[in-house]
Amino acid sequence: MELLAQQLVNGLFIGCVYGLFAVGYTLVFGVLDLLNLAHAAVFTIGGLVGLWLVDTGGLPIWAAFPLAVLFCGVLGLLLDRVAFAPLRQRADSNFSGLISSIAMAIIFESAALGLFGARTVRFPEQTVTVHYWNVAGVFITSLQVEIVAISILLMFALTRFLAKSRVGKAIRAVAENDRTARLLGIHVDGIIASTFFISSALGEAAGVLFGLYFNALSPDMGHSIELKGLAVIILGGMGSIPGAIIGGLAFGLSEVLTVALTGTSNLRDAVAFTVLFVVLILRPSGIFGRKKLREA
Amino acid sequence: MDALHQFFAIYGSLVNFIGINSLLALSLYLTLAAGQLSLGSAAFAGIGAYTAGILTMQLGAPYLLSLAAGALLAALVGLVIGLPVLRLRGVFLAIATLSFGEVVRIAVLNINITGGAEGLVGIPNVTTTWGIYLSLAVIGYSIARLRGSRIGWCFECIREDETAAAAMGINTTYYKVLSFVLGAAVAGFAGGLYAHLTYIITPGEFGFSIAVDLLIYNIVGGIRVWYGPVLGAVLLTSLPEILRGIGVTAGPIRMAVNGLILLLVILFLPNGLVSIFERRGRRNPKGPSDAALEEA
Repeated sequence: MELLAQQLVNGLFIGCVYGLFAVGYTLVFGVLDLLNLAHAAVFTIGGLVGLWLVDTGGLPIWAAFPLAVLFCGVLGLLLDRVAFAPLRQRADSNFSGLISSIAMAIIFESAALGLFGARTVRFPEQTVTVHYWNVAGVFITSLQVEIVAISILLMFALTRFLAKSRVGKAIRAVAENDRTARLLGIHVDGIIASTFFISSALGEAAGVLFGLYFNALSPDMGHSIELKGLAVIILGGMGSIPGAIIGGLAFGLSEVLTVALTGTSNLRDAVAFTVLFVVLILRPSGIFGRKKLREA
Repeated sequence: MDALHQFFAIYGSLVNFIGINSLLALSLYLTLAAGQLSLGSAAFAGIGAYTAGILTMQLGAPYLLSLAAGALLAALVGLVIGLPVLRLRGVFLAIATLSFGEVVRIAVLNINITGGAEGLVGIPNVTTTWGIYLSLAVIGYSIARLRGSRIGWCFECIREDETAAAAMGINTTYYKVLSFVLGAAVAGFAGGLYAHLTYIITPGEFGFSIAVDLLIYNIVGGIRVWYGPVLGAVLLTSLPEILRGIGVTAGPIRMAVNGLILLLVILFLPNGLVSIFERRGRRNPKGPSDAALEEA
């Protein structure tokens, strides 16, 4: 029983990181109807830049974290300018955008490989001081609590931002219908750019937290979370923020539960992808997805 | 003849891989020709490769029979998967086929007969360069003949506008599944050739990144004519050797060049490299000249 509780707690923590990653993913999809496959590369670069700031720059993590977030936000702007903005008027912008995001993912990953090397690297030991607590037989580390706190804070801030702020409302308007939004005087290209900024910044935050939690960063760490992130946003419903959060938690829990129940980690991903496959066939709009006819 | 012998001694395996990759690119082309974006062709190649390899090794089946069985099983799985999955469109179809590919990869990793993560070792090397290029010629010719046939027109019609195609009385489900199954069969066949070429196959060789590579071959070459994917496969498979020839050996740079080519093609040549020749050839190309895949 305690083992199960421990696994559930662990699943919750990793689920938070998945959720954070997926929120950025789903945000872009909601606004542009476009799958940004470079999101995982931004996540990787974010983690590595955060590490570089701590390791080489000698900054404490609380200073490095926002700096890296800012850096990746700018990277998101670049991504939008280079890969997506030129294609926006094309009839097949969804498809060509997908391809150009793959191209940017390759370029980003090769940049990470060239700048940081192919080795797996770690944060220096004294980056965060970790306390261990034993709550009714379940071990919790202060790092886990911090990760959950930061994730919840960021997701809460994002939800408030989208609901209340002027830019947030504009983002939702563009997501609803960009032509109408333009007619109403919304600067659509600027809104799309800021969406990319936010999405990439969140991806970066997930990257640093992921790196801290597993204490291992490498240029190819984006590969596994890329597919998981896709699974999460499909499960939650493409474009839905609460869906991405719930989906992330569900995915994290399903992972650890599969390991706990089967006793091996071999089938961990199989269960997740099978669920994804079934969800796509039975209810492609996901749990929280908008009902939308995807006709030509 | 000596020069030819020397060329083959050095570049023989490259020539073989160019042939195999061209076949795999063509397998995806068949599905793309009907406007269906699939990321599952690598998994079909894996099914074909493992089926053929296991038949040869365990049952001592003749080479050609193993190849045929691999193609057949891949086609059968394609039929079973294709029927439900092809109701989805665009990005959703891509993700569904992607998760199917992951499930296949994980399954291969976890069953005994495939050798798990260590791979299937000791497959007899009976595939010859002649065999590969004869298959490429036959399959390439058949696909070229498809254009202008009833099936070819139906594929093109569905690609341009599925709703309109259905309204004109085309059985869109039949033709979409047909394109998927044909693609799976070719991929399975190419996988079998590959298994008998390399002595050892591992699950990682048929994963997500390979599926993306095949898509890149198609996009870079161009998906409006059958030789586009072949051109893309030839160019990108030999790119590392070309770069080595001009003195670039660093891995990250090679990767970046790959990404850059893809980005430039999608930004400036949406119909692929073949459109360079087409534009010069005739001013009014046959068929609609807008970008190839609508609403993908």
